[in-house]
This record gives sequence, structure tokens and C-alpha cells, in this order.
Amino acid sequence: MKPFTYQRVRSPAEAVAAFGRNKNAKFIAGGTNLLDLMKLQIEAPSHLIDVNGLALDKIEMTPDGGLRIGALVRNTDLAAHPRVRRDYAVLARALLAGASGQLRNRATTAGNLLQRTRCPYFYDTNQPCNKRQPGSGCAAIGGFSRQLAVIGSSQACIATHPSDMAVALRVLDAVVETVKTGGVTRQINIRDFYRLPGDTPHIETNLADGELITAVVLPRPVEGKHGYRKVRDRASYAFALVSVASIISRDGSGKVALGGVAHMPWRNETAEAQLPKGAKAVAENLLSDAKPTEHNAFKITLAERALASAISEAKG
Amino acid sequence: MKFDAPATNNPIDQLKVVGKPLDRVDGPLKVTGTAAYAHDRYDSIPNQAYGYVLGSAIAKGKIKPMNVSAAKAAAGVLGVVTAENAGKLGKGDYNTAKLLGGPEVDHYHQAIAIVVAETFEQARAAAQLIQVEYTKADGSYDLHAAMATAIRPEKIFGGEADSSAGDFDKGFAAAPIKFDATYETPDQAHAMMEPHATIAAWHGDTLTLWTSNQMIDWSTGDIAKTLGIPKEKVRLSSPFIGGGFGGKLWIRADALMAALGARATGRPVKVALARPFMFNNTVHRPATVQRIRIGATQQGKITAIGHESWSGDLPGGGPEVAVMQTRLLYAGENRMTAMRLAVLDLPEANAMRAPGEAPGMMALEIAMDEMAEKLGLDPVEFRIMNDTQVDPENPSRPFSMRTFAECFKTGAEKFGWNNRNAKPATRRDGRWLLGMGVAAAFRNNLLMKSAARVRLDSRGTVTVETDMTDIGTGSYTIIAQTAAEMMGVTLDKVAVRLGDSTLPVSAGSGGQWGGACSTAGVYAACVKLREEVARALGLNHPDATFVDGELRVGNRRIPLAQAAAKKELVGEDQIEYSDVDKKYQQSTFGSHFVEVGVDAATGEVRIRRMLAVCSAGRILNPKTARSQVIGAMTMGVGAALMEELAVDKRAGFFVNHDLASYEVPVHADIPHQEVIFLDEVDPLATPMKAKGVGELGICGVAAAVANAIYNATGVRVRNYPITLDKYIKGLPEVA
Ligand SMILES: Cc1cc2nc3c(=O)[nH]c(=O)nc-3n(C[C@H](O)[C@H](O)[C@H](O)COP(=O)(O)OP(=O)(O)OC[C@H]3O[C@@H](n4cnc5c(N)ncnc54)[C@H](O)[C@@H]3O)c2cc1C
Ligand code: SF4
Repeated sequence: MKPFTYQRVRSPAEAVAAFGRNKNAKFIAGGTNLLDLMKLQIEAPSHLIDVNGLALDKIEMTPDGGLRIGALVRNTDLAAHPRVRRDYAVLARALLAGASGQLRNRATTAGNLLQRTRCPYFYDTNQPCNKRQPGSGCAAIGGFSRQLAVIGSSQACIATHPSDMAVALRVLDAVVETVKTGGVTRQINIRDFYRLPGDTPHIETNLADGELITAVVLPRPVEGKHGYRKVRDRASYAFALVSVASIISRDGSGKVALGGVAHMPWRNETAEAQLPKGAKAVAENLLSDAKPTEHNAFKITLAERALASAISEAKG
Repeated sequence: MKFDAPATNNPIDQLKVVGKPLDRVDGPLKVTGTAAYAHDRYDSIPNQAYGYVLGSAIAKGKIKPMNVSAAKAAAGVLGVVTAENAGKLGKGDYNTAKLLGGPEVDHYHQAIAIVVAETFEQARAAAQLIQVEYTKADGSYDLHAAMATAIRPEKIFGGEADSSAGDFDKGFAAAPIKFDATYETPDQAHAMMEPHATIAAWHGDTLTLWTSNQMIDWSTGDIAKTLGIPKEKVRLSSPFIGGGFGGKLWIRADALMAALGARATGRPVKVALARPFMFNNTVHRPATVQRIRIGATQQGKITAIGHESWSGDLPGGGPEVAVMQTRLLYAGENRMTAMRLAVLDLPEANAMRAPGEAPGMMALEIAMDEMAEKLGLDPVEFRIMNDTQVDPENPSRPFSMRTFAECFKTGAEKFGWNNRNAKPATRRDGRWLLGMGVAAAFRNNLLMKSAARVRLDSRGTVTVETDMTDIGTGSYTIIAQTAAEMMGVTLDKVAVRLGDSTLPVSAGSGGQWGGACSTAGVYAACVKLREEVARALGLNHPDATFVDGELRVGNRRIPLAQAAAKKELVGEDQIEYSDVDKKYQQSTFGSHFVEVGVDAATGEVRIRRMLAVCSAGRILNPKTARSQVIGAMTMGVGAALMEELAVDKRAGFFVNHDLASYEVPVHADIPHQEVIFLDEVDPLATPMKAKGVGELGICGVAAAVANAIYNATGVRVRNYPITLDKYIKGLPEVA
């Protein structure tokens, strides 16, 4: 860990301004990801802007019957919120399938979206990693890649995004609200929020430097049965091998997104249209461009089977 | 005291304190956070500085001269030690790789420097400023590739690399029913909660280490040897240990680097190895490839059994002794076992809980299940049919006691084994495919010398002193129980001091010998103290008894305290053994029963029930013993379902080097566990009539889980861990 300076801010404007004055700054929320990475010197900000004092910890109704979730709402509180449990069960389930009780008590909505990959080579500063050190290479390609991406990966990076919450937000068509330097606000559809690794795996989202997430907005609830199926090697406290977030209607149509397979939650509206035909049809379309490694080819089979199980559960 | 004849009636047999399921005497310290582990010993010595160890970034090669100037100049830094300025260092008898590398590097994350600073953060930040350039050398990192050049090892723990009886080749060829399969077990990490940690301080030429160590005497000798100083100049103190599982049988880099850092800076230095170092800097259980052949008659009598195992280690290391149990477990006149050792430049391979038997049973007990199926026999019945009361390689040598069949009969009945359907993939509960599996448990009972000193003071308090360690096993408690029983006092009148090299040398905690042997040493010392008491009171009489804090002969009753009224009394002795373990094979036995549910769609495994039935002589404390066994069963579940150090075969290291990626079971993986101890004593073991139990519990569990998964799914997986990717294609279509 490198020495750094630290500052608490009281308003989004102040947060964004602070960033403007410090080139190598980072926001810190729950700190459950950032601090771990700083200890290993994977992240080495010279200035920390603590955003916990921003009053962004509320969950409110939006005029059109959706929900606005403050960036600092803790994962535990979000999962326990009665509206979320009733109308957005896929989100509550995804949250509760992630990390542990202690971590969820700290982890925030924005921090969860921006948590970094769990690629084991990213975590070892002796190893080449384009995401950690652009241009250094990718140790995971040709190495141990059981957990890593099967689709959307590049010659530069085959990492996955580890968030469960983000997969649920993807089927919910959530919108991320932000504020930039100069007070410019914008709304980013979750569909456009994350990026594929391409040649720049170190750039993971379409946020600008110093852009602060203020809220995540959920549209009006959609009808259908919500499910989050997370498959992992142990019963709890593990990242997904594959996960399926689904909202499936009575007629068999619906929305699905996969976690654990790509650099972002993986959803494709054409594939989704195949839902009434069953899991195989969806999976074939959704994963048609998959390029798995020898270690993770099983994820293709697993994704299809997990999807089939999700569909049958929704029907049952 | 020499133990050279079967134990007869002795004061332990009263079982007033011994054999009772008592709470741990150190429990209150643990649950209130006041048991001071190595890193917590702030008041051991003032003015502690912090050390941070830098590990090698390559697996094999050479370091060009390092540049430490930026690190030395960094804030708070007191000193930097590397091989260049460490002075001449030797190597301990129990270490394979050097604990401080440079210029040669022997394995990934081998320590190459320590930075000492005023704070931990300063030391860590400065360590990152050390510039190291390497010249990489080619290494051997792939067990499969190295098998071809594996050799028959000279040096192995517990016997010869090869064994044979009868004529295996002929016997196997002639057997009407034959089975031949190869199994694989992966590299595994001890992954104990407390990382290796040490505070080191020098007073002149004397070194004190407050550390976390299972074997005080071995380690005192090894640190002295490494530093080139007399053993008498080293003191080791390790009263509490947050788990070891074999990973702390030796000194590791924390101890040596703290000592070097302290010598260089003239300050006491505290070092804890960072979690990633637990995987590549310390030691691990090595991977194995095991071939098992079994030949039997149509009726299921084994006529030939062969077990070969390959593993790898750094040059000078030893093999995983995975065939040992096969020499003893089942009958059959034609036998062979063999171990081969390849050179691998991965981190040092060494002992982890039940070395040999744990991975050996993982393979053998699947093979037994497969053979039973081939024979059309129930796997419980097949094992009982091939039970033996004598060492099958040397039939003139009986077991000291063997109630192996009893373990299976009791277990089958208690578990409801007859509800199992021998035909796999036939039972279902909603989305779950159900299956039951069984396996034997087997672990040898090793006898080690063990000494203790017992004091009686004028208040009637009995204090036991021995360098025995308590690695979370309950040593404090069973030692206190032993002394209380022997001296006829209640538990609250006994104090126990452990884990210090100034105390009499005990068996230490390893190889499941600690509990039985250290209490036998305390027994011996108490026999001496009883004589002292009787002498002091002038009551040296063969009928004297020690009861309720008194010495009694006929009608005379004298409080114990009176014997020590003027002067503290001391009894010191050690337990030694003649050739009992040569004449009689001493082993512990058990059976494991497991029921699993396998998700029919995704293949996720959830254990539903587990039962272990154990035969291990007298159980000194059923509560602490049960904790040992359920912990071992949990570790066995980890071995079956998830534990694997993933080898990067290009760069030569274990990639998943933290607890988020090296998964061990969590509570949600572990259902109700049941343990039954057969009510028995083994008078040929020690005067305590007890044997080890801490490792027995892990042996065979993983195979029972594997067999249950097979019974549930009909897919047989022969390489551990049995993760869903290995059988998902064999699962039924999802409706
Ligand atoms: C052992 C372990 C297991 C875990 N298991 C899972 C799991 O199974 N599933 C899962 O989904 N997650 C898991 N997690 C990850 C966990 O969900 C994240 O660590 C957590 O959500 C991060 O939230 P935080 O508030 O602590 O973020 P921080 O650590 O505070 O920040 C993370 C990142 O977000 C940025 N950031 C924070 N707030 C803002 C903001 N308002 N605007 C812009 N940028 C911001 C920070 O600068 C930083 O880059 C696990 C974590 C651990 C340690
Ligand atoms: S996959 Fe991505 S994160 Fe992993 S080593 Fe390669 S570049 Fe780094």
C-alpha cells in the first residue's frame, strides 16, 4: 500500500470537485474491494475521497412507479427493502447470493457495480495483466482460467465481472445516474454501462474519470416470476461459475441475463425472444460466439442447464 | 518410564475425570479473545518493530543483485535483510527448501528479503520498493510430465518406498475378477486460520521466538541449525496456535526472517506471513497419481492388491506416502505397493493432516467401491469380508486391536445404510438426485517419546509443564484431565503450561500422536510425583490411593497439600516404548457414511448427512475428540468437493493463493454430522490405553463423498476435487 491522503466530502459537487484537484484520486465507499486492492498495491491511489457522508443512502419511489436507489445504500439494506423484495425479487436474491453478511453490511450499490474482476492473475502483481498494467500481457490466457470468461473476451483479457447485483440490474433494465465535473449529470442505461475488454481491459465502464455514481434507478416493475440461480463450487461465499437472472412470464416469454461468463452481465434481446422455445434455443443464440478455454468450456453446458432449471422453476 | 508390557489396571481406569466430555480449560480465554496468539503478544517484549517479507516473483532461477536503496530510504525503515547481508545460514533438518532464497531461487514466493520498519504499513510499502531482477531458469512444474523420470525415493517417513508379499503379478493375473484404475489427488493447502507469525528478539547471543509452532523441540533445533548457533541459545514459546494441520511442524520464513531482521536492527521484530504466502511460501500437501489394482475371487475374497503412487517435490524432498494404508488395511496374499518421487520445482511439499493416508484413502476407498460393484457385493460387506486381524504383509504380526468390522456394522445400522439402492441414479427428491456412499477410515498410531514435569505446591495445586502444543485440539484439557485423575484432584486444581522450549520435551502435535503420547508422558511424570508425595508423607505403600485431594492408606487420609507444605514437590519423567509397536501393528479404524444430494440440472453437491464411527482406543475426552473428528470430516468434504491448488504449469506456482479462490467448506456446506466412538481401550498402546484420533477423522471421508456422488449420478469421477464440470455432461436431461 502506498501512502495516500484522505478526505471526507459532504456533497456530490464537493466530491466531484475534489477529484478535479487530485489526479490520481479514488472514491471510497464501503471499501470492501478497494482497500483489499490497495493492500496488494493493485490499486494505488494517492488520494481517497470518502463518499460515505453523501446523503445518498435512500431508496425512494420514482414518479413512474419505479425505485431510485441511492449510490450508498448498503447491499444488506437494499436486499431487505420491502419494495425490492416484493417487486424486484431478482435483485434481492442476487444480492443475498453475493459475498457474506458482514461484507454486504458495508458494500454499497455503487461500489458493487464497480468492483473489479476476481481473475487470480489480476491479484498477483508478479504476473503480467493488461487490466492491472496495460500492455504487460495476460497471464490468464493459457493459464488457469476455470473461472474466466467464455464470451466477449479479447486477445488482451478474458476476465469476468464478478458482481451478482449487476446481473439482476441488467434484466431489470436499470439506469445509472451520475454527476461529472462541473455538475453535469447523466443517465446511463446499464446496457451501456460496462465495456467489453477489447484492447483496453483496464477501462471497464463508460464512466468518465471522476464521474460519481449518485443512484441506480429501476423502472416500473415488470410482470413475471423472478429468479436468481447462482451456481458455485461451495454453498455460499463464492463467486459464480455461472449465474442466471431471470424474469419469466406465464406465457414463457421473459428476460434473462448470465453472470460469470463475460466481462459484463451477458444479455441479448434476440436470444431472449427464444425463451418460449426453451433453454437450448436461448443458450445457443446467447452463447453462439463463445470462445471458451479448455478449463471453462463446461460453462457453456452449465449455463444452458442452469437456464433450463430457471425456466422450469418459473413454470413450476 | 518404559512402556514394555500391556497396560494393566492403573489410576486412569477410574475415569473420574479422564473420559468425560469436559469443556476446554482454555475455552474462556479463546472465546473472550484473551488467549494471546503469536502476533497478539504485544506485552512479550517492548519496542517491537514490524517486518514484511518479500517473496520471489519467479519459481526457479537466480536473482541479479537487488537494489534495496529506495526501500532503505523509505519512511520508518530500520533495515533490510537479504541473502547478501544475512550472514552464513544453514538449513534445518525438517526444511527441504531454504527459508531465505538468493541468489538462487528454489520456488515461487520463497522469501528473498525482509524489510523492518516502525509500522507494518511502512514495512509493507517499503518492501514494494525493492527492485529485483531475475534470470529465470526452466523448471519442472507438471507432475504428469515428470512422472516418467520419477525415482524410487531413499528417504521416506515410516518405512520403505516399496513393499511386497506373495507374488502380486501372478496373483493378479490369475484372479477371476480384476480391477485396475488410476486416481488423482491435487495439491492442497493447510489453509489454517492463523498465518505463520513470529516475534523475534535477541539478548546478546540468545534468541527468543514467540511463535506459532506445533513441534517445539524440532523447531528449536532447526532455527539454531539454520542460524549456526547452539540450540541452548534459542528459546521458543508457542502457547496458542490458531490451527496448523502440519503446516507448522517446522520453522518457516516468519521465524527465520524475524530473527534476521531483529539481529540486523537490534529491535524485537514481529512478522506475520501475508495470506498469499500461505500457499506458495510455506508448504502444501502434494498432488498424487495413484494406480490401484485389485484381484478377487468370484465370491469377493481379495487375492491380490497393488497400489502405486507418484508425487513430486523439490530436490531433496520426499514423497507423499499414499500407499501406506494399503499395506495394512485389507487381507489378500499377493501384494505390492510402490512410491515414486519426481522432481518438481513447485513450493515445498510436506506433511498435511494425515500425510499418506488422507490422499491414499481418497484413491483406495473409491477403488474398493468400484470393485464391490464389479463383484455385485455391498461395499460394506465387501470390506468386512476382507478384514484382517494380522498385518497382511507379515501375518505373524497381529494388530494390537482391530475392531474394523464393528465400525461398519455399527455405522450401517445407525445410518440406515440398507435404504441405499445399489443401482446408481435411482433415488430422487425433487430436483435432487440422492446417493449414499461409504468408505473406511484408517490411520496408523505412532508412538513418540514424551516428557513432562508435574509440580505440587503447598496449596495443593498441581502444575503440569511440558513443551507439548495445543493447536486447537484440546491438549490443555486432556493433559489437565490426566493429571487430575492421577493425583486425585479436581480439574480446577490443575494448571497446565505448554509450548515452551524451556519445558520437558514432549511428543508435540503431529501425526495424531500428540494426544495419546503427551498424556502418557504426563502419566509417567505423575507416577513420579505420587512417589514423591508418598515419600514426603512417609506413606510409601503399594495400596496408597490418591482420592479427593488426599492420599489414603487404610484409614489414614492426608491432604496432598500437606506433602508440599514445606517444599514444592516435583515429578519428572518421560514415556518411552520398547518394541510394542514392532510386535503389534497399532492403527486406528473407522467408517464414514455420507448421503448427498446432487442438483439434477447443475450438478451442485450438497451433503445431507455424515456419520463417522471411530475405533481409537480410549477416548480421553469425547467432546474434544468429537470436535477433532467433525473438523476432519469437514476437511474431507473440502478435499472431495473443492480444495485444489491450481498449478500454473508455465510459471510454476499455485495461482489461487488466497481464501477467496482456494475454497474450503463453509457452514452452509456442512450439515448435521454425527460421530460415534466405539467404547474400547487398547492396553498395548500406552498406559492411557488411548490412540490418536485427530487424523483418523479425515481419512476416507472424501472417498465416501465420491462414492455417494457416484451412487446419486451414476458418473464415476476419479480425479479430485469432484467439481461439477467433471460430471455435468453425464447428468440427466433437464425437463
Ligand atoms: C471475500 C469477498 C467475497 C465476495 N463475494 C461476492 C459475490 O459473491 N458476489 C458479488 O457480487 N460480490 C462479491 N464481493 C464483492 C463485494 O460485493 C464488493 O466488494 C462490494 O460490493 C464493493 O462495494 P464497496 O462499497 O465496498 O466498494 P469500494 O470498495 O468502496 O469501492 C469499489 C469501487 O467503486 C468505486 N466507487 C465507490 N462508490 C462510488 C461512487 N459513488 N461513484 C463512483 N465510484 C464509486 C471505488 O472508487 C472503487 O473503485 C465479495 C467481496 C469479498 C471481499
Ligand atoms: S484475464 Fe484480464 S484480468 Fe486476468 S490476467 Fe488477463 S488481462 Fe489480467
